[in-house]
Amino acid sequence: MSVITLNVNGQDVAVPAGASLLEATRAAEANVPTLCHLEGLTPVSSCRLCLVEVEGSTKLLPACSTAAAEGMVVHTHTPRLREYRRMTVELFFAEGNHVCAVCVANTHCELQDMAVTVGMDHSRFPYQYPQRPVDATHPQFTLDHNRCILCTRCVRVCDEIEGAHVWDIGSRGGHCHIVAGLDEPWGQVQACTSCGKCVDVCPTGALFRNSDTTAEKQPNTTLPALLRTAREQRRWHNQ
Amino acid sequence: MAPSPPAAKLRLATVWLAGCSGCHMSFLDLDEFLFDLAEKVDVVFSPVGTDVKIYPEAVDIALVEGAVANVDNLELALQLRQRTALVISFGDCAVTANVPGLRNLLDGGHDSAKAVLERGYLELADATGQLPFAPGIVPELLPRVLPLHEVIPVDLYLPGCPPSAERIREAITPLLAGERPAQEGSAMLRFG
Amino acid sequence: MSVPPQLRCCDASGCRSAGGQALRTALEGARDAAGLDAEALTIKPVGCLRLCGSGPLVACDGPGPSQLFGGVEPEQAGALIAASLATSHPCGSGDALAAHRLDLEDPFFALQQPVVLEGCGQVNPESIDDAIAFGTYAQLHRVLQELTPEQVRDEVRRSGLRGRGGAGYPTGLKWDTVALQPPGPRYVVCNADEGDPGAFMDRSVLESDPHRLIEGMAIAAYAVGAERGFVYVRAEYPLAIERLRLALQQARSRHLLGNHIDGTSFNLRLEVRVGAGAYVCGEETALLLSIQGQRGMPQPRPPFPAQSGLWGAPTLINNVETFTAVPAILRQGGDWYGAIGTEHSKGTKVFALSGAVVNTGLVEVPMGTPLRTVVEVIGGGVPDGSPIKAVQTGGPSGGCIPAERLDTPVDYESLLELGSMMGSGGMVVMGESTSMPEVARHFMGFSVNESCGKCVPCRAGTVQLAQLLDRFVERRATAADMERLDALCQMVKVTSLCGLGQSAPNPVLSTLRWFRHEYEAACREPAACVAAGGVER
Repeated sequence: MSVITLNVNGQDVAVPAGASLLEATRAAEANVPTLCHLEGLTPVSSCRLCLVEVEGSTKLLPACSTAAAEGMVVHTHTPRLREYRRMTVELFFAEGNHVCAVCVANTHCELQDMAVTVGMDHSRFPYQYPQRPVDATHPQFTLDHNRCILCTRCVRVCDEIEGAHVWDIGSRGGHCHIVAGLDEPWGQVQACTSCGKCVDVCPTGALFRNSDTTAEKQPNTTLPALLRTAREQRRWHNQ
Repeated sequence: MAPSPPAAKLRLATVWLAGCSGCHMSFLDLDEFLFDLAEKVDVVFSPVGTDVKIYPEAVDIALVEGAVANVDNLELALQLRQRTALVISFGDCAVTANVPGLRNLLDGGHDSAKAVLERGYLELADATGQLPFAPGIVPELLPRVLPLHEVIPVDLYLPGCPPSAERIREAITPLLAGERPAQEGSAMLRFG
Repeated sequence: MSVPPQLRCCDASGCRSAGGQALRTALEGARDAAGLDAEALTIKPVGCLRLCGSGPLVACDGPGPSQLFGGVEPEQAGALIAASLATSHPCGSGDALAAHRLDLEDPFFALQQPVVLEGCGQVNPESIDDAIAFGTYAQLHRVLQELTPEQVRDEVRRSGLRGRGGAGYPTGLKWDTVALQPPGPRYVVCNADEGDPGAFMDRSVLESDPHRLIEGMAIAAYAVGAERGFVYVRAEYPLAIERLRLALQQARSRHLLGNHIDGTSFNLRLEVRVGAGAYVCGEETALLLSIQGQRGMPQPRPPFPAQSGLWGAPTLINNVETFTAVPAILRQGGDWYGAIGTEHSKGTKVFALSGAVVNTGLVEVPMGTPLRTVVEVIGGGVPDGSPIKAVQTGGPSGGCIPAERLDTPVDYESLLELGSMMGSGGMVVMGESTSMPEVARHFMGFSVNESCGKCVPCRAGTVQLAQLLDRFVERRATAADMERLDALCQMVKVTSLCGLGQSAPNPVLSTLRWFRHEYEAACREPAACVAAGGVER
């Protein structure tokens, strides 16, 4: 296995060739924040939280979808990166209807955690209070668009791991929303296998089990990586 | 060893705007720390500490619970800013408008007052529903519920629904010593 | 050989909307009434004759020097027929068409240098015979018969041509990158999703001279080894789509597309793909997804389309104007093209001139022409003679260049330096009465509507920027708003995923830079806003 070495925040790290910049920063324990990224799913670099500075590059690079390269010099927590991350999280809070106190995901929410991580004590951007519906047509699960941050983990896990491709994105700009099937009520989408993977990987309270009430949601975000690895290594053959 | 001269006590106010008073309950959960506090501050205005009705002058620190939802909230917020050195947004309602702000979802937030009153007093009422109308007695709702910092400049934010007693103590203790608390980490910052 | 006199009637969208078709019908009727036939007087529909604002335009190639008429009513068709047959121009009171006569010696025409627009207004866009007679496809023929792909790329590289879609990436380098990928299928794609407000260059080319574009794409396909290609046209251009489809059909029936083109082993299939109304599909990675039938959302680059594009294959994607310049480059040589323009921006550029300007229309000038020449001399300045306040270039991704910088040469680098960009070529002239915060809000509203919604700075940041700008337009902004505006513009610019988001703040940043006093004056307490400090550049 060939190895490349690079420097993250002054620390030299070695990662396997083909590793992402995010993996390299993790090797250096740099704690680069991520929201849309999830191990086992294709990176989409849409949350912009993992942007890092790489010397010699005029642009900030998303660590999740940038390949680590030999000799890179990476900075993950410069003052401007910290400020942009905080603004990003403020924009997330302001664009949806995130009321932690009454949310199923309270205390287990990655957005709520992210506010702590970036030091967001309030939003400098006014909340937008968009009018968004709740889809409670599925017998086991509910989709609350108010809490959706459009990370597309559900879209990807359903497409890439479950192979059902129930979810996609509809509309554009601030009106973007997750759609089930051909923009139908979730409960009517026959392609849905009710496997619950989308619920497990949802970073917020947008997707939840009907049995969960405030602060009861317990996500399981390790599933995609486990399943992907198991498939790639054909583990089921000898188990 | 000569005793140091008694320092002038800080003048502390706690204010209850549009909130559930849960933050004040959490404040009372400070338990025995309240005795320590009482030695260092004078509580000059508080729904749980004094019977004063007029917000006093020359307040050093104000803990302001609740969002700004009606004209009384607005008036008091503007007044306390004039008369207070350090204003703290106390709890999620003050910081984000939180649950009171949910009415902003009605009518796209433009005139949620009308929408929420019609919903509450007409649509969900029995046959005799009528909109409340008592000028000068019941304060009028603002068209939109606002977090405190969209109304007045705020010096410190103490999120949480409610902020735990521990979080309140960690924030207040440095202030009593004339220092700013380090507002970072899950213990101090988490919403909800 | 004497050529019969002919009337070239503009039949592109601009003149059609001004009544061009009715005029042409009237001209044909008047010709018949005068007892003439098509042999004696040809009346042919052509593409853009440039001065769109004075349409419908008719050019007369009679016994005397060519003449151009604008705004002629169908009732005056008889007079126009007579004028086209006259050996000399009538003058004075005897000229019934005096008010409609346009001076071809006017700088608007005289200072133009048509390369891309060579055939526009000359050829009938619906006739491949006319195009071939004009010389179209001659270079494709020569390339296939005489040149290797390497030689073609060498010529393009020598020309110094840069992408005309706005970013200005060296075309030859892009072609090389695609050509040098490992063996396998390749695609060639034309980006005709022209979406900037105020830009209509590509539409005009598609409506006026579609065969030239096809020739350029075929040469490019040969040069990079592609056998399949697409032209991605926005649905809002129905006439362009119709003519392009017709032209493709004609080219196929003449074996200029298909298998064994010109008797060689070169095969090429070209198709039209019609957009569905999303501005972001002009962004190349989103455009490629849209061609593949997926939702048009920009993807992180690298990998660049030249490495991995349509269905994972190396894909050459260029803009209409870029492809259309290629036949002339091969005919005249890369060195000839490279001699036009400036050191780093070579050749000519087509601009769509509009706004507060006397001459509205299509302009092709050498790169490096001072902006003042374009807007004041060619464009004729503001109609009421008042001074120009600013010129907007680059649409919602560009910025406003103030009057005091009008002497800047128009090239990629100079415009970037001024906080604007070349963009695709829309140029909107603004007079003294234009409010710059309002201009900025207008463009921000465009970006809000056209954001694809993938990344949060663009999806939510533009919404917040638009609301901040509302406060300035409504004169209720504060010093804190000024700081927030500066900070958020920088954040959206630096952190957005694709070019649309990265350039969305440009109209604000450039107006803040050159017209900051207008923002300050829009604050409730202007003095406080001044104290809030300037934009970090």
